[in-house]
Amino acid sequence: MKAPVSWIREYVDLPAEVTTEALTDKLTLLGLKLEAIESPGAAITGPLVVGRVLTQDKEPQKNGKTINWCTVDVGDANGTGEPQGIVCGAHNFGPGDLVCVVLPGGVLPGGFAISARKTYGHVSAGMICSAAELGLAEDAFGGAGGIIVLPADTEAAPGTDVRPLLGLDEEIIEFEVNPDRAYGLSLRGIARDAALGFGAVYRDPCDRLLPAADDAGHPVLVEDEAGCPLFVARTVSGFDASATTPEWMASRLVAAGMRPISLAVDVTNYVMLETGRPIHGYDADKVAGALHVRRAAAGEKLTTLDGTARALSTEDLVIADDSGPIGLAGVMGGEATEMSGSTTRVLVESAHWEPVSMFRTGKRHKISSEAGKRNERGADPASCEAAADRVVELLVELGGATAEPGVTVVGTVATPATITIDADLPQRVAGLPIDTATAVAALEGVGCAVTVETELATTGAPVNRLSVIPPRWRPDVTDPFDLVEEVLRVVGYDHVPSVLPREAAGRGLTRSQKLRRRAGRTLAGAGLAEVVCFPFVGSASFDKLGLEADDPRRETVRLANPLSSEEPELTTTLLPNLLTTAARNVARGAAGAAIFEATTVAFPSTGGPAPIYPTDTRPTPEQLETLFAALPAQPLHLGVVLAGERERTGWWGEGRDADWADAIAVARRLATELGVALEVVAAVHQPWHPGRCASLRVAGRTIGHAGELHPRVVKAFDLPARAAALELDLDALMAAAPERAVPPTLSTYPVAKEDVALVVGEDVPAAQVEAALVEGAGDLLESVRLFDVYRSEQLGADRKSLAFALRFRAADRTLTDEDVKGARDAAVALAGARTGAEQRA
Amino acid sequence: MSGPNTDYDPVEVTPLQAEQVEAARDAALAAIAAAADLEELKAVRLEHAGDRSPLALANREIGALPPQARKEAGQRVGQARGAVNKALAARTEVLEAEHEERMLVEETVDVTLPTDKVPAGGRHPLTTGAELIADIFLAMGWEIAEGPLVEAEWLNFDALNLGPDHPARTMQDTFWTEPAENHVVLRTQTSPVQARTMLTRKPPIYIACPGRVFRTDEYDATHSPMFHQVEGLVVDEGISMAHLKGTLDHFAASMFGEGIDTRFRPSYFPFTEPSAEVDLRCFVCRGVEADSCRTCKGEGWIEWGGCGVVNPRVLTACGVDPETYTGFAFGMGIDRSLMFRHGITDLRSFFEGDVRFTPAFGTEL
Ligand SMILES: [Zn+2]
Repeated sequence: MKAPVSWIREYVDLPAEVTTEALTDKLTLLGLKLEAIESPGAAITGPLVVGRVLTQDKEPQKNGKTINWCTVDVGDANGTGEPQGIVCGAHNFGPGDLVCVVLPGGVLPGGFAISARKTYGHVSAGMICSAAELGLAEDAFGGAGGIIVLPADTEAAPGTDVRPLLGLDEEIIEFEVNPDRAYGLSLRGIARDAALGFGAVYRDPCDRLLPAADDAGHPVLVEDEAGCPLFVARTVSGFDASATTPEWMASRLVAAGMRPISLAVDVTNYVMLETGRPIHGYDADKVAGALHVRRAAAGEKLTTLDGTARALSTEDLVIADDSGPIGLAGVMGGEATEMSGSTTRVLVESAHWEPVSMFRTGKRHKISSEAGKRNERGADPASCEAAADRVVELLVELGGATAEPGVTVVGTVATPATITIDADLPQRVAGLPIDTATAVAALEGVGCAVTVETELATTGAPVNRLSVIPPRWRPDVTDPFDLVEEVLRVVGYDHVPSVLPREAAGRGLTRSQKLRRRAGRTLAGAGLAEVVCFPFVGSASFDKLGLEADDPRRETVRLANPLSSEEPELTTTLLPNLLTTAARNVARGAAGAAIFEATTVAFPSTGGPAPIYPTDTRPTPEQLETLFAALPAQPLHLGVVLAGERERTGWWGEGRDADWADAIAVARRLATELGVALEVVAAVHQPWHPGRCASLRVAGRTIGHAGELHPRVVKAFDLPARAAALELDLDALMAAAPERAVPPTLSTYPVAKEDVALVVGEDVPAAQVEAALVEGAGDLLESVRLFDVYRSEQLGADRKSLAFALRFRAADRTLTDEDVKGARDAAVALAGARTGAEQRA
Repeated sequence: MSGPNTDYDPVEVTPLQAEQVEAARDAALAAIAAAADLEELKAVRLEHAGDRSPLALANREIGALPPQARKEAGQRVGQARGAVNKALAARTEVLEAEHEERMLVEETVDVTLPTDKVPAGGRHPLTTGAELIADIFLAMGWEIAEGPLVEAEWLNFDALNLGPDHPARTMQDTFWTEPAENHVVLRTQTSPVQARTMLTRKPPIYIACPGRVFRTDEYDATHSPMFHQVEGLVVDEGISMAHLKGTLDHFAASMFGEGIDTRFRPSYFPFTEPSAEVDLRCFVCRGVEADSCRTCKGEGWIEWGGCGVVNPRVLTACGVDPETYTGFAFGMGIDRSLMFRHGITDLRSFFEGDVRFTPAFGTEL
């Protein structure tokens, strides 16, 4: 909402010394937040004065144009008192006219500096200005295309500053009006808060002598009283359609951000800004019969003022005449009965509408209008008659119309419900001493009617209770706590003291929260940079991953209103956006990208719609279960991508790029950090390389995959060759972390070391051989570690030699050679039986 | 000095003669002194103090002497060997010291060589920033509550006093999942976590909820369809707006420095009543000569978030008795807080995943 300061001051006697800054500071503290202060003349500096044209010589030029060589009386503004010689190309003026002259030294909007210059054989010392040159609307002050000619009756001597005459000295405050402060969408409401803030005298523009309602006005039938509690109709005739909007009104409309259209329309808009009550004007001659207020019938259509043909919903409130709907009530009028250049009778509608219906209709038809904005937040129903009367007054005064005698008023203004509170409620909620008198004064200040009753509490102490009737222009004030806010904003939010609440007895981070921090630190310690990606994907993302058509990861939660039609789904895997991020890094010149992300993904639920429960009571536990079951499963995933350089080349030697082993190493390191036994098993799973992919298992359950990406995926994402990735269900991994660690018994007896080299087929996984060794060796085995993989012609194709270092130790004695040999032989024997391993000679 | 002893076998006793012993000793001492390094000293040791050295051989002869002569000869040889061993030890020490000194010089490396074989990783500032905030509240005895990103409409709106026709619903441009009749949204705020907590726990409640939220904003330098919030909720007996102010002042000072506090301005949020906008005292200029301050743009204050006393309607919907309990709640953007804390001018820096960005924060956050 934009409001010129001079307009605010029209209704409140603010001391002259109150600056615009002081005014906005005060209003901000009262809840009308300053967005910006602007001034249309801010971009103009230097002398801009009234000039009277003395002479005007038309001089045709060789280029076919005619210029005017003028002398202009600018008083003493030029320092000499002599007429100023100015060349002007416009022709919409003549000698004797009052014009706007910018003298040398002045600067116009856009940094256009004025100086005396030679042109068309004259020294032109200044410029006669058009509206556009001053940054005003092009058609303001006397028509487009020409210079501004001030009205003949302008009482301003040549040489005086012209800014006040053009409204260029005006300051316009733009407010950010919160949804609960509908009154802030009117000058009436802003001025009321200004008066409250400065204790100044306030004049309510709606406080006017009103003609009594009668039956002689235009007939109105309200068939939906809930939707339209009050309808006021007035009519004027003999309106001069050629009458133009006076400059003062046009400039205020422009200042408030509205475009002047025609006098009749401008008057309705002006009164809406003044009172907050949206008004609609019909060309009365185009209205056929009585106005009906009703819901639209199925199949009805209406072409609104914006030229859009709309199919109406049976929930839309409409104004209809004998021809059918002629307006979308409270939101936008219809084209058929629109006021035009030939309108001489105006039917003025000033009605109060039920806000929810306004909101729904606006949303349904995607109309955001000034009227709708006010109606859906709730305007003051008591302003309907006054606003209609004010429109009539202005149409009569400015458009030469005559008010027709009838005054139609259908419906009544309901009295807001009384709210009763303990007088100390504001004090208790604010945590600030506020006595009864202060609370009452504050509530009365904002327009409430307050009665104080003193009761005796059971203790015998007197307790004050306040019965409060909120003002009609505050439909948002319905609850006890709303009154607290009203009191507090008058008392001042800045008076609330700073007090720490008591110490709470929290239990610190949850186990999952602790483990997540631990996991993040581990991954960062492994040289991975954490990234944060959006969760949006599309089918192309899954195509690039090479997922089969029936891959469960393609079963997604879809967005009804995605930002991009390419990415309308919520992802089920972190990989697509991580791979894109890795590729972006490489494209930006990074030698490699080692990145991770830990966040939830979403898998659709089959739990049906999530119910909407009432809010006047808590849902039952069963209802909550139903609600939770309707939501997608959202496990926490970890995604890792390792692409390009993993170790740098340096003075220590050659670097190397990331490969499958790095991805699996990250998984193992994380599992170790969390104390989880992770099993790594060869697997085939998109988007990984079928021969270089591992499934990661915990207690036999697959929780993720790691390895090198499929070459086609590497290519699709434009990644360095051999790029590797890991994705696992971090929730599942963390759930497997032991609650309490069981430390090993530390034997101090000597260790016995034995190396064995076992030859197996190429397809035998090392982990399988190792598992057999562990099982076969029995309790004496302390650790086993694969330290070499060897292939040679001698071994033969499809054979490999795996060298393991075994360490044996007993808890209670020094092992004998026989002990060790026995355990080792048993280990080798079981490996042989399980995997065909032969001990290498 | 021993006198003549006619019982001696002249052949056998020659090595034990004083002159011989002294000569052997002197030769050994000279050789020790002449040894230039540990290697040479090793050879000298073998020659002059080893099993075949003259003094060792002389020592062996002592047993062959008549008892009366043994003592004297033994003394003589023993003293000589003692002197040699002492000299050897002393020389060893000197040479070892010299050797060490030389080695230390020879082994000098250029310690300025790079050692960054594996590029550094790092956790994202949004993660560590959320933890920094969480730790402030944990230290006050609060707990950290979390909830799902894809959320029930009822929890995201209705339970928070944003009914289906509440104008504020249009203020938050919500992502809806298909079909919209399923009433499932991407949460537009972390407030549903507050509702969940009230629905599943009994007061007193002291929680902070950091997390990811979504709005249908186009992606640019100051807007993102996904961003991060931290909200706080307290529900207890006797809670007032003053406790809210105290908590936010403490939060501000903990995150932005001692002396940084907050101010309230009236505002509107359906969840709270009374509601306030909370401004943070500019931690750069502290409001002194703010005009030239780029952080607060001359205001002396920075818009930080929203807050208020929990609307009793919300308590009712979540099963908390508003006659017994009051509460306060607040919320602010983590991304935005970090932007002005670190002078980040483009919100997109958080979401581009550039590997140069994250490690720059180190452990500061
Ligand atoms: Zn500052």
